[in-house]
Amino acid sequence: MSIKVENLTHIYAEGLPHQQVAIEDISFEIEDGSFVGIIGHTGSGKSTLVQHLPGLLKPNSGSIIIDGEDITKKEGSLTEIRRKTGLVFQYPEYQLFEETVAKDVAFGPLNLGVSMEEAERRVGEALKQVGMDVKLVGDVSPFELSGGEKRRVAIAGVMAMEPEVLILDEPTAGLDPKGHHDILELVEKIHKAKGGITILVSHNMADIVNYADKVLVIEKGKLVMEGTPLEIFKREDELIKMDLDIPPAAELIRTLRERGLKIKGNPMSVKEAVSAIYEAIKP
Amino acid sequence: MIRDITLGQYFPGESGIHRLDPRVKIVMALTYIVALFLVKDFWGFFFAVLVLSIIIKASGVPLKFIIRGLKPIFIIIIFTFTVNMFMIGGEVLWQWKFLHITREGLFIAVFMAIRLILLIIGSSLLTLTTKPIHLTDGIESLLKPLTVFKVPAHELAMMMTIALRFIPTLLEETDKIMKAQMARGADFESGNVIRRAKSLIPLLVPLFISAFRIAQDLAMAMEARCYRGGKHRTRMNAIRIRKGDYVAVFLLILFVVIIVAEPSIKGLLV
Repeated sequence: MSIKVENLTHIYAEGLPHQQVAIEDISFEIEDGSFVGIIGHTGSGKSTLVQHLPGLLKPNSGSIIIDGEDITKKEGSLTEIRRKTGLVFQYPEYQLFEETVAKDVAFGPLNLGVSMEEAERRVGEALKQVGMDVKLVGDVSPFELSGGEKRRVAIAGVMAMEPEVLILDEPTAGLDPKGHHDILELVEKIHKAKGGITILVSHNMADIVNYADKVLVIEKGKLVMEGTPLEIFKREDELIKMDLDIPPAAELIRTLRERGLKIKGNPMSVKEAVSAIYEAIKP
Repeated sequence: MIRDITLGQYFPGESGIHRLDPRVKIVMALTYIVALFLVKDFWGFFFAVLVLSIIIKASGVPLKFIIRGLKPIFIIIIFTFTVNMFMIGGEVLWQWKFLHITREGLFIAVFMAIRLILLIIGSSLLTLTTKPIHLTDGIESLLKPLTVFKVPAHELAMMMTIALRFIPTLLEETDKIMKAQMARGADFESGNVIRRAKSLIPLLVPLFISAFRIAQDLAMAMEARCYRGGKHRTRMNAIRIRKGDYVAVFLLILFVVIIVAEPSIKGLLV
C-alpha cells in the first residue's frame, strides 16, 4: 500500500467569474505504515486534497497513484478504490441516517457486497475499535446518542469497510477537550491496530505532533512544507507567519528563549519541555 | 451536476443592468413576459429576440452560461413542441395514420417553443443580474401597496430571502452528504428507477435533519436579536431610483408600444 500524488491541481467553477484554484501542483508520496498529518488553515485546500484520494473529486490535472494504479485515469466503478481508502468527513455524524446504529455501520460493508454474516461481524469489530459495544448500542437509534458517540459511530461506519488507508478530516472539530483528546487517542490506537496508512487532517499542530511520522503543510492550495514533525517545527517562524498554531509546549519554549533562557533541543511535547526547562534552570 | 442549475442563480457583475433598481428590473421582466404573449407573428418575435440579445450583451453575462440554464427545461420545450405540432387542426402538410402535422400546428409549435425559451431566458436574466437580497427588497417594495388588503408583504419577502439564502447552503450540504455516502460505497447513479429512488434515502434523511437543524438555529438567532419584522423596520441599503432607471423605464414603454403596434406597422410597410 502506497500513495503517490503528482502535480495535482483542482479548480472549482472553472471558466466562471468566481473560479477558484483550490489546490495547485501538489506532489507527495506516502509509504505504507505511515501516519501522516496534513495541516492548513480553513480554506487552505486540505479537504479538497483528501477528497481526491478516494476519487470523490476529479482533479483538473495531475495524477494519484494508489498501489501502482492511477485512479484519475480509471473508468467505471470506483467502489474498489473507495473500499481501499476510507474517508471520514468533517462532522461525519451528519451522514448518519439508519434506524439503528448497527444498520448504519453496516451500510458501507453491504454496499461493498459482503454477506450479511460478514457485515455483522464487521459491525461488531468496527464498533469495538471505536470503543463501543454492539450489544449496548447496536439497536439504539443513532440520533439518540450524544455528539461524541455519534461521531464514533460515523467513524465506525468507515472502519467497517476495512480500508487500508484511513483518512480523517478534522475528526475533532466541535468536540469538547475531553472528546477531542479521546478521538485522537482512538485514531492512534486504530492506526497501530490496523496498520496501513492513516491520514489526519487538522488545523491544529498540537493534534498532529504526537502521532504523525510525516507532516504536510498546505497554504493557499500549495504544499509549502513536508517533513517529520521535528523538521517542520524547526521552521516555526514560517509557521507563525502563516498564522498556524504551534504546539503550546513549543510556544512556551519559544517565549522563554526570547526572554533569554538557553534551552537545548526542540522539545514539542509537554514532557520534553518540562525536562528541557529543568535542564536549563538547574543550578 | 447540481451546480449546473442556473435558474435563480446570481452572476456577479458591474454592468448597467446589474445596477438598475430591482423594482424596475422586476417590472421589466414581468412586462417582457406579458409582451411575449401579445406577439403573434415572426417579426414580433424577431424584435423580442433582438431586444433580449441587446440586454444580454449589456449585462455581460456569457451566453454559454444562460444557455446552460435552459438544459433542465429542455424536455418541457420538446414536449410542448410535439403536442402543439400534432394536436392543432388546419391545412394538413403530412399525415401518417392518425398523426398529422398541419401548417397552423407547425407555426404554433415553433412560436410556443420560442416563447418558452424567451420566457425562461428573460426571467433568468432577472435573477442572473440581481442579487437575491435586492430582488426580495424589490418584491417587498412592490407589494407594499397591497398591505392595505392585509397582504403580508414583509413576511413574504423575508420568507423568500431566507429560502434564497439557503439554496446554496443546502446544495453544499447535499454535495457533502452525497460524497460522504459515496465514500461509504453508496451508488447514486446506476440501477433502475426503484433502486435509484431507494439509494436516495441515505442522502435525504441526513439532508432533512440538516435542514431542520439550520432552520431551528436561524429562528433562534433571529429571536435572540429580537426580530419582529413588519412596520418601522428600516434597511441598511435602501433601494433608490436613479437616472439609469428612468432611461430603462422609457425604453420599456417604447418596447411595449412597438410590440403592440407591430402588426399595424407591418401593415403600413407592406
